[in-house]
Amino acid sequence: MTHPPTGPSGPSASAAALLEVTGLTKHFPVRGGWRRSGVVRAVDGVDFAVRRGETLGLVGESGCGKTTTGRMLVRLLEPTGGRIVFEGRDITHAKRRGLRPLRQDLQIIFQDPYASLNPRHTVGKIVAMPLVVNGIKPPGGVKRRVQELLEIVGLNPEHYNRYPHEFSGGQRQRIGVARALALRPKLIVADEPVSALDVSIQAQIINLLRGLQRELGLAFVFIAHDLAVVRHFCQRVAVMYLGKIVEIGDRDDIYQRPAHPYTRALLSAIPDVAQPNGRALRDTEEAGGGAAGNGPAGRIRLTGDVPTPLNPPSGCRFRTRCWKAQEKCAVQEPPLADIGGRGGALVACHFPETEPLR
Amino acid sequence: MTAAVIPETPGAYTGAAPYLQVRDLSVRFATEDGVVRAVDGVSFAVERGRTLGIVGESGSGKSVTSLAILGLHDPKRTTIAGQILLGGRDIVGLDEESIRRLRGRDMAMIFQDPLSALHPYYTVGRQVAEAYRVHHPDASWREAHRRAVEMLDRVGIPQPARRANQHPHEFSGGMRQRAMIAMALVNNPELLIADEPTTALDVTVQAQILDLLADLQREFHSAIILITHDLGVVSQVADDVLVMYAGRAVEYGTAEQVLRRPQHPYTWGLLSSVPSLHGDPDADLIPIRGNPPSMIHPPPGCAFHPRCGYALLGSASTPGAAAGACEVDVPQLRQVQERGHTVACHLPEGKRVEIYRRDIAQAGVVR
Ligand SMILES: Nc1ncnc2c1ncn2[C@@H]1O[C@H](COP(=O)(O)OP(=O)(O)OP(=O)(O)O)[C@@H](O)[C@H]1O
Ligand SMILES: Nc1ncnc2c1ncn2[C@@H]1O[C@H](COP(=O)(O)OP(=O)(O)OP(=O)(O)O)[C@@H](O)[C@H]1O
Ligand code: SF4
Ligand code: SF4
Ligand SMILES: [Mg+2]
Ligand SMILES: [Mg+2]
Repeated sequence: MTHPPTGPSGPSASAAALLEVTGLTKHFPVRGGWRRSGVVRAVDGVDFAVRRGETLGLVGESGCGKTTTGRMLVRLLEPTGGRIVFEGRDITHAKRRGLRPLRQDLQIIFQDPYASLNPRHTVGKIVAMPLVVNGIKPPGGVKRRVQELLEIVGLNPEHYNRYPHEFSGGQRQRIGVARALALRPKLIVADEPVSALDVSIQAQIINLLRGLQRELGLAFVFIAHDLAVVRHFCQRVAVMYLGKIVEIGDRDDIYQRPAHPYTRALLSAIPDVAQPNGRALRDTEEAGGGAAGNGPAGRIRLTGDVPTPLNPPSGCRFRTRCWKAQEKCAVQEPPLADIGGRGGALVACHFPETEPLR
Repeated sequence: MTAAVIPETPGAYTGAAPYLQVRDLSVRFATEDGVVRAVDGVSFAVERGRTLGIVGESGSGKSVTSLAILGLHDPKRTTIAGQILLGGRDIVGLDEESIRRLRGRDMAMIFQDPLSALHPYYTVGRQVAEAYRVHHPDASWREAHRRAVEMLDRVGIPQPARRANQHPHEFSGGMRQRAMIAMALVNNPELLIADEPTTALDVTVQAQILDLLADLQREFHSAIILITHDLGVVSQVADDVLVMYAGRAVEYGTAEQVLRRPQHPYTWGLLSSVPSLHGDPDADLIPIRGNPPSMIHPPPGCAFHPRCGYALLGSASTPGAAAGACEVDVPQLRQVQERGHTVACHLPEGKRVEIYRRDIAQAGVVR
């Protein structure tokens, strides 16, 4: 490589990196209005790498830039800055022709199963489309392969000639998964692929994706807000907040030794089916308080204003909601750094938590 | 209805009739391939101030049920039977004008899919204001706009005054969802149906939205139906839980009963599928085996029988043996020992309790 990676993922990650992202940025200009010159800093300089066959989970608050990041990776959005290197090739600004083979290797499964399926096409046609567009003739024919794919994702062959509007939300998402699998890609960006699925199908799809990962060496960037699902699918996890990565590391570090206050808040807010009548608990819960815990009983309630990417807070972007914030946090932006004691996990916080969760 | 053996709501009664009573509801669609029996004889009730969680497999009829309550099905393609009593008045078959008057004011819905509910060409603020003006024709635009900004603020959209002037595509998925909640709540409806309202949201925002719904419920004493596949969410907010499978209710009871002492094999399967936060992360998840049933030709008997590990089947090894009950008879919801808890399964209750203790709870699956 002509440009050695400058990202914090370091040389060890880059050795086998399939995808490497440095300083990736997307600013959306604000159209019209009195603040004409403003920009939405949807993604504001993120670095990460994905190894072959690895799954990186991307979690974080609604609007923190996960989808925008994912869409830049598959080149559906033009980055404002930074670099995307796939298999050693800089694809940041690859043009249409250069993109063709890439499109096969890089697939996306969308968050919104409604908007992503052409309502005028049958399911059979939708799933066959990537094969047809890329001129691929699978042994046994396109229809056989499509029916195979439908079955893999838990749909009935009787669905082949039906239209998207005749399906429930979950069924539509399975169509999207089948379509993404059609070309046997190397990396799939999966944007909330199981959020619309009921738990049993979700379990099937997660098992399925994990199986595909093992057998085909597929890599994933897995965008999700369900941290229990992420724990079951991702070897590494990146936590985003307001356009930045605030913590990234191996699964066990993130779930057992989370150092960033925001990560702790996220983990504490997971609703746990083991706690029915959590309603009563929720009502008596106190705000904030810094008592990091696990499950509803120790839930950290974030208070304070949710900032906007139009005008992010100075210094640490989380400081307006952080119970540990001090003066330094408003002045100085904390760099993503290794605080030790965790297999190379990085955290961007001036006062990281060091106690493991129970 | 005469004095019912099975109570309409599993939990405590206020004495008054529940605000919403759904009785023997069926919804069918005519399609090219045949008639889809999306909902088949479902009954439940929701009192003011209480939350009913409806859970069930994708395609089990949850959304179709809620669309029927709101009168949103295309009457040309849909056959609806049964009763839907809203404040005591049957609204099945009401003319479009009357139902429109109820919708948005007496009952409102938060959809699974925020994009379909928000118009791409109008600003978010304008759409919320519009929803207000429909039922407050005397309100000025300025008043309606003020109310819209207030609602956007209420649901946690930062800088609501500025955000009100943006279009839906400028919002992230989660913010669109919040905007839709603002729109649904702008007239303080008595019945709120929330279809996967937090599916697109991360957990901290999800917690905020659930808090918000709970606050509004306390304040306005509205009845809420929460449709979700997230059993964690159900366990946090629902008073009662209805479990649906293939268009039918298979288990119904208080959240405590259904989640802690579940008696239906499908409910067991659901609970076992949930990825745990504590177990081995590398172990495969345990989905329910097999595929969802066809809704055009559902399996005979108990629709769950091809996937049920405990089905009473005719012995395949004995030629001429009669088919088992599960293959022939459709099980009806029946009251179990505990009041308010009903289950549709042919297994005797004692057997179900034993299996649950031995296979499900013991395995540590339901923690
Ligand atoms: N086309 C656009 N124009 C202007 N702003 C945009 C556009 N697309 C996204 N944004 C903004 O960029 C930010 C990041 O949005 P993005 O959709 O990436 O969030 P997300 O993390 O995927 O959220 P969610 O979990 O809700 O899906 C948000 O503030 C959003 O409003
Ligand atoms: N307009 C329609 N025409 C034909 N069939 C339909 C129509 N709408 C829904 N269905 C079918 O009715 C069944 C129930 O669908 P519904 O949308 O209620 O499922 P759901 O329980 O809400 O699922 P999900 O959890 O995936 O949202 C499904 O089998 C679906 O394919
Ligand atoms: S840097 Fe300061 S404000 Fe930011 S997360 Fe750490 S303690 Fe909180
Ligand atoms: S009725 Fe039979 S098939 Fe249906 S859930 Fe009960 S045991 Fe299983
Ligand atoms: Mg998104
Ligand atoms: Mg639905």
